[in-house]
Amino acid sequence: MVENRPWLNFLAHAVLIAGVLAVAFPLYVTFVASTLSFKEIMQVPMPLLPGSHLVENYSQVLSGGTTTGSKAAVSHMLVNSLVMALAIPLGKITISIIASFAIVYFRFPLRMFFFWMIFVTLMLPVEVRIIPTLQVITDLKMNNTYAGLTIPLIASATATFLFRQFFMTVPDELAEAARVDGAGPMRFFWDVLMPLSKTTMAALFVIQFIYGWNQYLWPLLVATDESMYTTVIGIKRMIVGSDAANEWNLIMATAILAMLPPALVVVLMQKWFVKGLVETEK
Amino acid sequence: MAAVSFRDVRKSYTPELQVIHGVSMEIKDGEFIVILGPSGCGKSTLLRMVAGLETVTAGEIAIGDRVVNNLEPKDRDIAMVFQNYALYPHMSVFDNMSYGLRIRGLSSSEISERVNRAAEILELKKFLDRRPRALSGGQRQRVAMGRAIVREPQVFLFDEPLSNLDAKLRVQMRAELQALHRRLGTTSLFVTHDQVEAMTLAQRMIVMNAGRAEQIGAPLEIYARPATTFVAGFIGSPPMNLIPRDGKLLGIRPEHLEPCAASDAMLTIDVDLIEPLGADILVYGHIGDRDSARVAARLPADAKVQAGKLAVRYAPGNVHWFDQASGRRID
Amino acid sequence: MEKRVVFRSAWLPYVLVAPQIVITILFFFWPAVQAVWFSFQLQDAFGLKTQFVGLQNFTALFKDGNYLESFKVTALFSVLVAFSGLAVSLLFATMADRVVRGALAYKTLLIWPYAVAPAIAGVLWAFLFAPSIGIVTYVLKGMGVDWNWIIKGDQAMLLVVIASVWKQISYNFLFFFAGLQSIPKSLIEAAAIDGAGPLRRFWTIVFPLLSPTTFFLLVVNIVYAFFDTFGVIDATTQGGPGQATNILVYKVYHDGVKAADLGGSSAQSVILMVIVIALTVVQFRFVERRVQY
Repeated sequence: MVENRPWLNFLAHAVLIAGVLAVAFPLYVTFVASTLSFKEIMQVPMPLLPGSHLVENYSQVLSGGTTTGSKAAVSHMLVNSLVMALAIPLGKITISIIASFAIVYFRFPLRMFFFWMIFVTLMLPVEVRIIPTLQVITDLKMNNTYAGLTIPLIASATATFLFRQFFMTVPDELAEAARVDGAGPMRFFWDVLMPLSKTTMAALFVIQFIYGWNQYLWPLLVATDESMYTTVIGIKRMIVGSDAANEWNLIMATAILAMLPPALVVVLMQKWFVKGLVETEK
Repeated sequence: MAAVSFRDVRKSYTPELQVIHGVSMEIKDGEFIVILGPSGCGKSTLLRMVAGLETVTAGEIAIGDRVVNNLEPKDRDIAMVFQNYALYPHMSVFDNMSYGLRIRGLSSSEISERVNRAAEILELKKFLDRRPRALSGGQRQRVAMGRAIVREPQVFLFDEPLSNLDAKLRVQMRAELQALHRRLGTTSLFVTHDQVEAMTLAQRMIVMNAGRAEQIGAPLEIYARPATTFVAGFIGSPPMNLIPRDGKLLGIRPEHLEPCAASDAMLTIDVDLIEPLGADILVYGHIGDRDSARVAARLPADAKVQAGKLAVRYAPGNVHWFDQASGRRID
Repeated sequence: MEKRVVFRSAWLPYVLVAPQIVITILFFFWPAVQAVWFSFQLQDAFGLKTQFVGLQNFTALFKDGNYLESFKVTALFSVLVAFSGLAVSLLFATMADRVVRGALAYKTLLIWPYAVAPAIAGVLWAFLFAPSIGIVTYVLKGMGVDWNWIIKGDQAMLLVVIASVWKQISYNFLFFFAGLQSIPKSLIEAAAIDGAGPLRRFWTIVFPLLSPTTFFLLVVNIVYAFFDTFGVIDATTQGGPGQATNILVYKVYHDGVKAADLGGSSAQSVILMVIVIALTVVQFRFVERRVQY
């Protein structure tokens, strides 16, 4: 900074530390709660140091959910969440990269029409078309299937735009050189474009992993069967009544399990995460 | 190797926007041809039409005895070196050079033999495992050439391949290109806007302007007898002086002017800029009033010049005449 | 900006766009058209008969006190979420931009809530604020605050705002931080030489230069408050108590899925669609302008 004012630096650190603590506080309490027994957590105030029931609580939810609320095993929910968190980014990346490849590297009738069609999906979030979309799912017998949970969510204007934007920065001469070298369109796509898009794909994957893992409204509508619950939905199903009736220690253990994978992805793949966030919003 | 023919080749993007207005030329097998012109004159378009990267609107392009108008680039048996090299950034030098051969399904022993031979010629042996990013500009340029050489094509196409290099490297690469052509003898088309490159490399050159071939011929022949005022002005540095005289244009090259006594003056230059270059001196000024033609003269290094009037003369044999309206040479 | 035409094929491009287009038509356009169609219809209680009623669903909505109330709630909610979220994040980002050491560590420690699902954010905060056993409730009671969001509307609103802002801080922080880092240091130094102190520099130099980022985030946060907070609401207040946190998106869901009012819910959907379109247009107008910078 321009001038050296120690008290300002001190203030900055103080504000940031306070911020970090405030942001982390709910997480800490959640973790503590997940290590307590039901009895301990019902005390007012609850203990603020971890208890001794960590293993017990986590193995309980992983194998059998709660006793008063949903009894579905969280381990199965984690699998469902993982399916969504992997299928959505992979599906999105696949269909978006080939669609942008077509739109950028070919001239064909209806090209701009398709482009605008994809663009308009930005204006049609699930929330504004709940009932009819659910109707389509029912007509296609996709309720309570992985296909129903994931396929409707993989169409993506942002991913298509992102790849289009990246392709526009690839020099035309590269495609021409490939053509002179004898590569057809798909060969160019596999041998040149795909390897060059690796960083874009990685960034997109991280963002979409989180998006897929954290889906709420859609699985709420489509996954009505216990065996199809995702972790996020599972937590909601464990909350059954007024606050004292809930097994908060088990709910909080499930919450930790639900937060852990995406949080790890954000922190460990921070570089891709930041790139993905910033670029998808351009 | 093969001959290349342009037969009244035309290109237009829309009916109104014609960019090549009928170019015809026969290129002999093994010839090194430079296509020279200012930016936007259509020289790259012409080259890209040979490559098959642009369609031919009318006329014919033939390589050998095949008309290639409707052939895909890969079926034309050409190789191209791009201005920005267009190396695949994620592939090693070896993979860059061998990519086209792998697509054509050559055996791996044949591929490595060809790549190694080209790498030998271009002194790239040490760099075969590197990525283009880890190479200098000159090395990348060699890889781009290597990629063309390994294909052993009928025709090499060069699209301003030296323009991204610094001045010193450009001179060196020019020499290497000449040596390479002597060695391989492949028919080559080389596009550039740099007249020095054109003069030094070309066996024959096409000077293009606004989509037309203004003149086709050997470099020195074009220098000595420019067909139009455009060619006269484009080739030579400083360009040929063009002075209105008797309803025509008198052309005289700067180096053909020599200082003389005021009484012998054929032209009197009102000098306003003197550039001593060491080997010689460039003198600029105008004749008569300020609005009249500007003139440049190239004088020997020991000439005594100062701002003000300078009397010069020229040998009548060095004069060129052009029609003022059409710009064409009058013989 | 367009590419030079490089590849030609009569069928390949169609095959390549097909998956995206099929999914788009099947799950986006067809349902959206249906929503518009349903919004002009009335269904009887058993879903057996439908009849075309024109704009009746819409006029009924705008006469419905609950719906108008939901509009007000949504407006209040999104303003609170957007402004408090931006203010807090800007404060953190400014401080992180200032510190020389540890900026990366602070960044890492501030961005992880992005990974938390809105519904889980809701559950976490609902637990902290639980009327009988919540630890924050305990502290508040000690301070003499009578806290019970289950029956008090304004407290319920505060809860969902806190949970929503908490989750969104990381996103806002990242964009503000990137925006601050891209302001040339020479400008700040010039202002310092001109005699402007830190606070003055912030308001006269930094904040105006940051305005494109701020405006962009404002739109994003409003969209977030409108749509993505569904999980927060559903996991905590479920729109209650009364209508206190019944934002438009939650009401659409509730009326359509829980109350099975097809026409009314569809009409609400159509209104929401208009709002999204307006927000998207604003956002893209802005992006266009930003490109010209």
